[in-house]
Amino acid sequence: MAKEYHTISQIAGPLVFVEKTEPVGYGELVMISLPDGSTKRGQVLDTSDEIVVIQVFEGTGGIDKASGVKFLGETVKMPVSKDMLGRILSGSGEPLDKGPPIIPEKRLEIIGAAINPWARDNPQEFIQTGVSSIDGMNTLVRGQKLPIFSGSGLPHNDIALQIARQAKVLGEKEEFAVVFGAMGITSEEAQYFMKDFERTGALKRAVVFLNLADDPAIERLLTPRLALTTAEYLAFDLNTHVLVIWTDITNYCEALRQIGAAREEVPARRGYPGYMYTDLASMYERAGRIKGKKGSITQFPILSMPGDDITHPIPDLTGYITEGQIVASRELHRKGIFPPVAVERSLSRLMGQGIGPGRTREDHRAVSDQLYAAYAEGRDLRGLVAIVGKEALSERDRKFLDFADSFEDRFVRQDKDEDRTIEQTLDLGWELLSSLPVDSLTKIDRKIVEKYHPSMKKK
Amino acid sequence: MAGQTKGKISRVAGPVVTAEGISPRMYDVVLVGDLKLMGEVIKLVGDKVVIQVYEDTSGIRPGEEVVDTGAPLQVELGPGLLSSVYDGVQRPLPILRDKQGDFVSRGVAAPGLARTTKWKFTPTVKKGAEVQGGAIVGEVPEGNIVHKVLLPINVKGKVKSIQEGQFTVEEPVGELENGQKISMMQTWPVRQPRPYVDKLLPDIPLVTGQRVLDMLFPLAKGGTAAIPGGFGTGKTVTSQQLSKWSDAKIVVYVGCGERGNEMTEVLTTFPELEDPKTGLPLMGRTVLIANTSNMPVAAREASVYTGITIAEYYRDMGYDVSLMADSTSRWAEAMREISSRLEEMPGEEGYPAYLASRLSEFYGRCGRVKTHSGTTGSISVIGAVSPSGGDFSEPVTQNTLRIVKVFWALDSKLRERRHFPAINWLTSYSLYSPILEDWYRQNVAEDWNAVRLWAMETLQKESELQEIVQLVGSDALPEEQRLTLEVARMIREFFLQQSAYHPVDTYSPLKRQYEYMSAIKKFSEHAKKAISLEVPLEKVVSLPCRADLGKLKFEETIDEGMKTVVAAMEKQFAGLGV
Repeated sequence: MAKEYHTISQIAGPLVFVEKTEPVGYGELVMISLPDGSTKRGQVLDTSDEIVVIQVFEGTGGIDKASGVKFLGETVKMPVSKDMLGRILSGSGEPLDKGPPIIPEKRLEIIGAAINPWARDNPQEFIQTGVSSIDGMNTLVRGQKLPIFSGSGLPHNDIALQIARQAKVLGEKEEFAVVFGAMGITSEEAQYFMKDFERTGALKRAVVFLNLADDPAIERLLTPRLALTTAEYLAFDLNTHVLVIWTDITNYCEALRQIGAAREEVPARRGYPGYMYTDLASMYERAGRIKGKKGSITQFPILSMPGDDITHPIPDLTGYITEGQIVASRELHRKGIFPPVAVERSLSRLMGQGIGPGRTREDHRAVSDQLYAAYAEGRDLRGLVAIVGKEALSERDRKFLDFADSFEDRFVRQDKDEDRTIEQTLDLGWELLSSLPVDSLTKIDRKIVEKYHPSMKKK
Repeated sequence: MAGQTKGKISRVAGPVVTAEGISPRMYDVVLVGDLKLMGEVIKLVGDKVVIQVYEDTSGIRPGEEVVDTGAPLQVELGPGLLSSVYDGVQRPLPILRDKQGDFVSRGVAAPGLARTTKWKFTPTVKKGAEVQGGAIVGEVPEGNIVHKVLLPINVKGKVKSIQEGQFTVEEPVGELENGQKISMMQTWPVRQPRPYVDKLLPDIPLVTGQRVLDMLFPLAKGGTAAIPGGFGTGKTVTSQQLSKWSDAKIVVYVGCGERGNEMTEVLTTFPELEDPKTGLPLMGRTVLIANTSNMPVAAREASVYTGITIAEYYRDMGYDVSLMADSTSRWAEAMREISSRLEEMPGEEGYPAYLASRLSEFYGRCGRVKTHSGTTGSISVIGAVSPSGGDFSEPVTQNTLRIVKVFWALDSKLRERRHFPAINWLTSYSLYSPILEDWYRQNVAEDWNAVRLWAMETLQKESELQEIVQLVGSDALPEEQRLTLEVARMIREFFLQQSAYHPVDTYSPLKRQYEYMSAIKKFSEHAKKAISLEVPLEKVVSLPCRADLGKLKFEETIDEGMKTVVAAMEKQFAGLGV
C-alpha cells in the first residue's frame, strides 16, 4: 500500500506542494484525504527530490496542510468496457445515471500515445450529414476532425445534433456510436443534448461525459481525455465507427490557462500557456483511421469564439490542427437561416479525398467550386449595391446578386430534420447555377456542364 | 568520444528533466530513465544538467538513471535514406510500427539505416589514389539515383584497398594506408552545417511547373522561399505540388507539426506517384520526415535539422535538393514551448530571443555550392509559415521575410473565391527574377521577360482600376480600361488558376507557360486594335477564341490545341477588321 504523506507545504489555487517524499513519477495519480474524511484526486505536474507539485482535479477547497497525500504509483487510467454504451458519466468518469459501476475490461492510459503516421489510413469515406452546406461545400469524411467555430447565441448545438442524428456512410447500415464530452456547459445545455439523444434513441449508442459549468474547472482537463480514450477503445478494440462531439473547447482552454497561471508559468498570447498548441493537438490528433482496423474516430468539436474573433488564440490554434472548420455566421442567423453555415469561411481540408466518382458524384468538386465562386462574386456585389444601387448593375451582375440570395435561401437553409441525400444537394446546386449565364461557369469542365446542366440535359 | 557515464534524475517537469552526476557537453544526447528515453542536453547549471526529452515523460521519477552517450544528436547518412519515412529524430516509422504497433510508444531505438540490407558498391577510385575528406570513392544504385559514397570529411589518405561487391552499410568496402576503414555509412551532428568549398550565385531557376510561380515569382536552385498563409489557404497543397513537380533531383519533405491525416495523405500519395521524368516511383528520390503535432515537441524541434542534414548530404554528392519545411511556424512554436518550459526570458510574443538567429541559421544552410567532392549541388528551401490569425506582422513571418528572397503570399480571400493556387500576385515577390533573366532568355524564349513584365503590369493596372470600379461601377470606364479588366481576368482565370487535381493542368512546362501567356498577350493586342477601330468591347470579348483559350488548359492535347486556338484567334480578329 502506498505511503501517506502529511508534508503539504503550500496550497495555491488548484495546486498542492508536498515536501520530502520518496521519488514520485511525473504524471502520477494522487489521492488526497481531507480532514472531513472525503478524498480528492490529483496528478503530479512537477517532481523533484525536494518538492512535488500536484494539480487537484476537484479543486483544492477543503484541503488543509494536515491532509494526507498518497501517490498511487500509476498515471491516470480509464476503465473501459463495451457496456459503457448508453451510460452517463461525470467529467472524471464516475457513473451519474445511478447505474451499476462499470466493470472494466481494460484500464487504459488517458494520455493517448500518438498514432504512428505510418499506421494511419487515408480518411476518404464520405460521411453524408444530410446538410447541404456541409455535404456539398465542406464535405466531412470518416476520421476527420472538423470543429464548428461558433459564437454565443448561435445554434451550434442544433447543428451538432443534426449531424449526430443524420450522419451515415453511404451503402453501410451501421450507425455511428457517439461519444459526447461536455466541458463546462450549463446544465440546461446538457439537458438539451440528453433530451435529443433520448428522443432519437441515440443514447443507446452513446457514452456521455458531463462536466458542467459548476463542476471544478480542473476536471475539464480530464474530461476530453477520458472521452477520447473511450472512443479509441470503441473504435480500435471493438471496431466501431465513433463520432466524438465535445463542447466547449473554449471552456477547456480557460481551464488550461487557469492551471498555467496557478503554476506561475510564463504566459504566451492572451495569457494562455505556450504549450496550448501541443496540448490541443494531443487531443484533436486522436481522430483518424488505422490501417487494418475497421473502426474510426471522427471528431466534431464545438468551439465558441470569444467575441466572434476567429483570430483569438483558441480558434487560431485549433484551425492549425483540425482539418478545416465549419464557421457559424451571425449574419445568416439574423436573417433567420438555419443552419447558419458561413460557407465562404468554412473549409474541409479532406474534402478532396472524400468526393468524386465512386464516392459522391463526378461533378461534385466542380459544382462546389463554381457555387463558391459565384456566391463570393454575388456577395461582393452586395457591397457595390449598397453604394450605387441595384439599377447601376449590369445584367450579368444582377444575376450573380440574385444567385447569392437564392443560394443562402435554398441551398444553405434547410429544416432541422431535413436529411438531404448528396444527389439532392448537388442537383439543387445545378438548379441554382442554371440561373447564371452558361459561359460564366468557368470552373466546370465543358463535358460535365453538358451532362448535368438542367437546360442542356433536356436537349 | 567521452564514453558512456551514468547519473541520476533530480527533477521532472514535462519534457524538461534535470539530472545530476554526469558532465556532458551541450547538445549531447542522453538516455533518460529506466525506459531509456532519448533526450538532449540544453543547459548546464552548476552540477545540474537540463535535458530536453524527445518523448513523453509520464511515470519517470527522480532517482532513475541517466546515461550520457557522449555524442550530440546525429543522423546516419548512407544508402537507404531515399524512400524512408522517419520521425523527427530519424527513427524509421514503418519499423517502429512493426516493433510496437499502431501507436508510437516510448523508449524504442531504431537505427536510421537498415543494417542488414546489402548494397552493390562499385569503387570509383583505385588502389593507391590520394583521397581527400568528402571525396567520392564509389557508387551505389539507390532508388532512382546513383548514390555517391562520400568519404567522411575528416578522413583522408592513400587508398590501400577497395573492392566491388555487395555490402551492408557498416561493412568496410576498403581501407586507407593509415588504417582507416571505409564504409558506406557515416554520421553527422544535425545542428552543425556540413562544410562545402564555395557558395555560388543562384542563377538557374527551380522549375516547378506551377504557372504563377515559374512565370511571375520564380525560385532559383539554391534559393529560399517562404509560403505564408493562414490556415486553409492551400499552403499544404501548394507545398505538396512543389515536392511532386519541381525539377530538383532529391526531395526532402519535413512535416513538422503537421496534421496526422494530412501527413497520411503525403505518406500514401507519395508512394503511388510516378516521377514524370523517369516513370519510376517518386519515393525513389524522396525522404519523408513526419513529426505530427501530437508527437513529442522536442522531436519536432529537431526534425527540421534532421531534414536539412540529409539534404546537405545529397547536395554534397552533387545533386539539386529541394527541402520543404511544413511548417516552420510549428517549429518556432516548438522552440517557444521548450523555451517557456526552461523559464527563459521571452522575446516578442513569447518566442525566445534567439528565434531570429535560429531561423537565419537554418535558411543559411541552403544555397548552390561547390562541394568537397568536386561537384556542384544545391539545396532550395521552401519554408511554410503559418502566421497566427493570418497576421503577417508576427515575429516568425517577419524574421523569415528578412531572410528569404521569394515570398509566395497565399491569400485567404483568393481561397474563398476558389482561386487556386491562392497566391496573391500583388503582394508576392521574387528577388531572383533579375538573376534568372538570362537563363530564361537562353532556354525558353527571347522575350520571356517582356511577356512576364506585361502580365505583371496588366495585373497591377487591374488592381488600380478595381478601386475605381468599386466606386462607380465598371460601366463608367472607357472601353480601353474595361478591356484591361477583361484581359486581367483572363490572366487570372486562365493562367494563374491551376488545378492541382486535374491530370493535365497540374503540371505546365515552361514552354507551354510561355505560349499560353503569349497567346493572352496577343489577344490583348488584337483586342486593343479592334477597340481603336470602334468594335464594341462586348463583341471582342464574346469571340469564341477567348472562351476556347480558357478551356484549353484542361485539354490533353493542349500544345496542339494552342496552335489551333491562336490560328482561330487571328482569323476571328481578321473578321472584325483587325
